[in-house]
Amino acid sequence: MPKTLFEKIWDEHVVSTPEGQLPLLYIDLHLVHEVTSPQAFDGLRAAGRKVRDTARTVATVDHNVPTEPRGTPILDPIARRQIEALQQNCREFGVRLFDIDSPEQGIVHVIGPELGFTQPGMTIVCGDSHTSTHGAFGSLAFGIGTSEVEHVLATQCLPQRKPKTMLVDVKGKFADGVTAKDLVLGIIGKIGTDGATGHVIEYAGEAIRTLSMEGRMTVCNMSIEAGARAGMIAPDETTFAYIKGRRFAPNGKDWEKAVERWRSLASDPGAKYDAVVETNASELAPFVTWGTNPGMVVPITSRVPDLPANGDRAGVERMLEYMGLEAGTPMQQIRVDRVFIGSCTNSRLEDLRAAARVAKGHKVATGVRAMVVPGSQRIKQAAEQEGLHKIFQEAGFEWRESGCSMCLGMNPDILNPGERCASTSNRNFEGRQGRGGRTHLLSPMMAAAAAIEGHFTDIRNWRFN
Amino acid sequence: MQPFRKHKGKVAPLYRANIDTDQIIPKQFLKRIEKTGFGQFLFNDWRRKPDGSPEPEFPLNQTQYSGASILVAGKNFGCGSSREHAVWALADHGFRAVIAPSFADIFANNCVKNGVLTVVLKENEAEEIARRASTNADYQLSVDLDKCLVSDDKGLTAKFSIDEFTRHCLLEGLDDIGLTLRREAEITSYESRHPVPAAWKS
Repeated sequence: MPKTLFEKIWDEHVVSTPEGQLPLLYIDLHLVHEVTSPQAFDGLRAAGRKVRDTARTVATVDHNVPTEPRGTPILDPIARRQIEALQQNCREFGVRLFDIDSPEQGIVHVIGPELGFTQPGMTIVCGDSHTSTHGAFGSLAFGIGTSEVEHVLATQCLPQRKPKTMLVDVKGKFADGVTAKDLVLGIIGKIGTDGATGHVIEYAGEAIRTLSMEGRMTVCNMSIEAGARAGMIAPDETTFAYIKGRRFAPNGKDWEKAVERWRSLASDPGAKYDAVVETNASELAPFVTWGTNPGMVVPITSRVPDLPANGDRAGVERMLEYMGLEAGTPMQQIRVDRVFIGSCTNSRLEDLRAAARVAKGHKVATGVRAMVVPGSQRIKQAAEQEGLHKIFQEAGFEWRESGCSMCLGMNPDILNPGERCASTSNRNFEGRQGRGGRTHLLSPMMAAAAAIEGHFTDIRNWRFN
Repeated sequence: MQPFRKHKGKVAPLYRANIDTDQIIPKQFLKRIEKTGFGQFLFNDWRRKPDGSPEPEFPLNQTQYSGASILVAGKNFGCGSSREHAVWALADHGFRAVIAPSFADIFANNCVKNGVLTVVLKENEAEEIARRASTNADYQLSVDLDKCLVSDDKGLTAKFSIDEFTRHCLLEGLDDIGLTLRREAEITSYESRHPVPAAWKS
């Protein structure tokens, strides 16, 4: 029987299928952060349990950390207490922590791959829905709740219902100015925010093969916004080249053996999927969202849609009212107050390079506040070595420390009520970036261009310096 | 975990599609390190005006829904963030069951762990329940997990399906970590065949 990439990893990791229960899946890597873990550690303590395998457990602080220069005190006492709780829990249970002052701190979904923990064929979980990011390496990676975090800490296993599979086949080539972000926004727009519920998506096809690991991570990252349990891409030479030499990657003889194993993971010819979606990269445009979920997306050359004649008319009215938009407004006429370049979707070196190329030699429009928040301290350092920070700063962007920042606004980086933000993050939900804030999702290049023009603009007509 | 067998209670309607967990419990309340006390922040940004005063239009602020223990909502309820705080907030506020045409996967998993039942009904059934809850004062439903049946005293009945293991866990209020630990021999055997990567050992 030909198997999909997902089925190969699933089958390899089923520890037990007790009668009348769910299959028990072994978890190779458990990533932990400060927001969804304190109650899980409390649960362990209450039951007198230990962390079963500290070598497979990796923690960092990202959601709450301020992006002002490190060493700035955390003024929010509740946020500080949550960070201190993780520090204390990691000490007490012997978990490896990349702490706030570590040169390897960063967004959990950025540092996992960057440090070489994320590897093909693995099962990876984290108490965070964007764990789907790691599927870019051909791993099965999915977000879990805090009870499940406790379960994995205690047992290194998780009872799981076997999800269905969906193939998203992306033919064609990307046009200039069209990125991985536009691809995934286009897919979510096409299948809807619940289009992949209950499924693991495998992205395949010519266009996916041409993507860098950064681009693949962007695509897999937003799988959850289509409701998918996970997103995955079969590993190839691009994957192996990215992993090689990283601190926690296999080395020496282990490396050759690992690569040989990883090569066998690709879906077999003739493998069957429960659903298939086809799309063509060459038909995509740079996209911008207009509503309050990531499926509400249009090409930059388009307009805010009219109210639907039937269906959820009241829902769309509500969305437009929240967003302060009129149906029929050309997207390029919508002005922005804030710009956020960052998040586990788009804060990697390639994203920052793309945005800097747009910003170079321009100035942020009067009245716009624009922030660049690298995904990790390593990315920040690498970007500074290339002089990207100078380009941003000279253009009037703020250059900040790493963290989740304004993607969800748990730290001080938030929108004020009514402010409109061009954001490279993943969710445009009501209040996501601050109560009353209005978020539009788009690619790093499109965000940088919006900062400079003061409104959304088509990057395909940009004046690069 | 509190078992769920049969529950009768007042229904609050919030019939909107795609209610995400950012709405159920906004991020400014995720910094607590306990599991308790989230109920007061449930749907905060919809329930309260920016100055903190109650938003009278919001169903949970209307006296006819006070004490509701069953929520009926539109499709894809609980999408977005994996935050279990959303379920803690619903449970702490007194909700034992949520009825919707569909739920996001992680949210539904989180509900099971906390003894909250997610009832998937057909779109027209869920909508009808929301309509009845909006138009009848003190509208009550019975949710019977033994029979997988929802009913009111005005002739409405609707069957729902749920996978057998989830049903069993809810009926018994099982601690599933305990269940997994019973597979210790198999886990150990698996681990001996799949050692920790050498580079990860500290």
